Amino acid sequence: MTYLDHAATSPPRREVLEAVLPYLTRDFGNASSQHDLGASAHAALEDARARVAARLGARASEVVFTSGGTEADNTAVKGIALAAPRGRHVIVSAVEHPAVLESAAFLERIGYDVTHLPVDHDGLVHVEALRAELRPDTTLVSVQYANNEVGTVQPVAELAAVAQELGVPFHTDAVQAAGWLDLGVDALGVRAMSLSGHKLGAPKGVGVLYVRRRTPIEPLLHGGGQERGLRSGTSDVASAVGFATALDLVDLARSEPVAAQRDSLIAEVLDRVSGARLTGHPDRRLPGHASFVFDGVSGESVLLRLQERGTLCSSGSACAAGSDEPSPVLLAMGYDPALAQTAVRLTFDERTPAADLDAVAGQIADAVGAVRKLAAG
Amino acid sequence: MPVYLDHAATTAVLPAVVERVAEQMGGLGNASSLHTAGRASRRVVEESRETIAAALGARPSEVVFTSGGTEADNLAVVGTYRRRRADDPSRNRLLVSAVEHHAVLDCVEHLVAHEGARVTWLEVDGEGRVDPGTVRAAIEQQPDDVALVSVMWANNEVGTVQPVREIAAIAHEHDIPFHTDAVQAVGQIPVDFGESGADLLALTGHKIGGPLGVGVLVARRDAALEPLTYGGGQERQIRSGTLDTPAIAGLAVAVDHAVGHLHEHAAHLASLRDKLVHGATAAGYGITVSGPYEVGDVTRRLPGNAHLRVPDCEGDSLLYLLDAAGVECSTGSACQAGVPQPSHVLLAMGVPEAQARGALRLTLGHTSTDADVEAFLAALPAAVERAQRAHRASRGSGR
Repeated sequence: MTYLDHAATSPPRREVLEAVLPYLTRDFGNASSQHDLGASAHAALEDARARVAARLGARASEVVFTSGGTEADNTAVKGIALAAPRGRHVIVSAVEHPAVLESAAFLERIGYDVTHLPVDHDGLVHVEALRAELRPDTTLVSVQYANNEVGTVQPVAELAAVAQELGVPFHTDAVQAAGWLDLGVDALGVRAMSLSGHKLGAPKGVGVLYVRRRTPIEPLLHGGGQERGLRSGTSDVASAVGFATALDLVDLARSEPVAAQRDSLIAEVLDRVSGARLTGHPDRRLPGHASFVFDGVSGESVLLRLQERGTLCSSGSACAAGSDEPSPVLLAMGYDPALAQTAVRLTFDERTPAADLDAVAGQIADAVGAVRKLAAG
Repeated sequence: MPVYLDHAATTAVLPAVVERVAEQMGGLGNASSLHTAGRASRRVVEESRETIAAALGARPSEVVFTSGGTEADNLAVVGTYRRRRADDPSRNRLLVSAVEHHAVLDCVEHLVAHEGARVTWLEVDGEGRVDPGTVRAAIEQQPDDVALVSVMWANNEVGTVQPVREIAAIAHEHDIPFHTDAVQAVGQIPVDFGESGADLLALTGHKIGGPLGVGVLVARRDAALEPLTYGGGQERQIRSGTLDTPAIAGLAVAVDHAVGHLHEHAAHLASLRDKLVHGATAAGYGITVSGPYEVGDVTRRLPGNAHLRVPDCEGDSLLYLLDAAGVECSTGSACQAGVPQPSHVLLAMGVPEAQARGALRLTLGHTSTDADVEAFLAALPAAVERAQRAHRASRGSGR
């Protein structure tokens, strides 16, 4: 079986599992308890926080552990907007993950103005487009670092700089970018950033929200006042340790060779499959991410045939899997609905055997050919 | 190894749970993916949902996975309030017991401060119990404006079990939804969602030998809830976010074990508790028990909870001295640890502030033994004497 759906979830690394295990067994304390066992859990939690902060170039106090990327996005978008330092206008890109888009939709329902920034055919947000939409009452801009469906990497630093000129907080959903791109928050110039553990080799059920100090933000969860009051709930120490360990293991040097594999995969698919088109930007894209549409087939039937051939991949977002609707991301990029429904996304990392990747283009050619034949039949 | 008497804060993960979590962490796939790996992950989630539902007298479709008890409580209280108020703006009153966990209390305070809610606090008696008549009277002040009634199944500090079934019935007479925080109750007393009549019920993994970071909101299919987290639309659109399959699988093992061994476990805990209470109250320092207490009782008070009040000293000093002697316990809720304020639960029970300060919560769990209780009783006299001396000295110097 060839697993080419790392953007949906990437298997945890062995070292991460080993790091997590002691906190499931021996060191099981509640990090808020005052006794020794609690203190030891607290120390592990704070060590994990410091390690994450170091990788982000942030202060430990700016790192908030959450239950995942969705919660981090929800807290950032709703929390910063609701704290409303400037007004009730929010700008998000049209190709955000549903965790951001739906949070913005919530704000719209309670009376906020929401602007969806358009993207070009490659899925890129343009700096001028953002500049044109910023208003004195804009209270948040949220543009993802890299897109989950088409892999396009946004010019986050430039976008954040434009927002910063007007003093507007800028959030980026870096769930897909983490593990591949530099997460230094100062170079990016972001005020808030969301990360998810299970996309970068940590377990599911843990994420991080980076929030730059002195950024007003309302918590999503109320209760014990953990995470400096920003995220109540007993701290999941094992998961925090797992997250920090996974982030520490990230070696950005992997990006170049994986991008080279991606490029040969793309070239081969475009070469061997007639009517295949790459979706997303050809160069500004995530290293382990290749996505296509195919003229004259249905996406789901290609996926099924690939699965019969032992290759597991997806049409786009796992969250939308099973939906008959064409991808809003591809529609925003200007694809027509019928073509958008043929989307196939292949995502992998350096652990994916090269031989498996080499075989994929042939499998896609076979699968697409078979589907077309059936349709013509 | 220190003696651990703080199982209400968190308890050791059961070995079978660790095994299941570790096995599932090695598994591949996002439970929302359609391919075989995704479907395998989905199968584990759905089997876990069925196990949990069966153990709690609920239907599988009523089980909504969350990141823990706090999120489940937040979702129930904030989610219900927002939806009920959106449907009818006059419904802005919350009826909440005065002894709730902060996961409920802080939501209420947030809704009052920022979202136009009003609250009627349901008073408790000297044992921390809400009289169903109090609920009835509070509702009948103005039945149409009530958004939600929330009363915990059992209290985390003093272990008092509430008459949830009677309260649920009263709320239902007026078609008002009823939420109960059963975080402490599950695994210690029988919890049957269907029988209780509750509309919403919160539980968490790490109090019953499950992993941290996972919990459940049991929500009737007709419970109207606004989600807290939006996104992928998982969990009936109520709770978005990639399903944490390993934690969910571990939670199912823990719930199944806790409920399956309930009666023998409760009897074991109660016998240890009774030994502890007897030893402490007979030690000659005027130590008393808070909450309802009767030897052998496993219905009116959580069998694993012993809450002591030690006269003329600060709970924090006792905690420190006991910790130094190798006994780990708490003054109340771990969530409020480090905050030198008397417990809101004790104050609501009418305990004078001076007495509320000398609180010590000792909670037993699946790893507890006779030896733990004996070690505590052996360490207690010296700790009490030193804490009382310190208290007298500080009071003396203050005058």
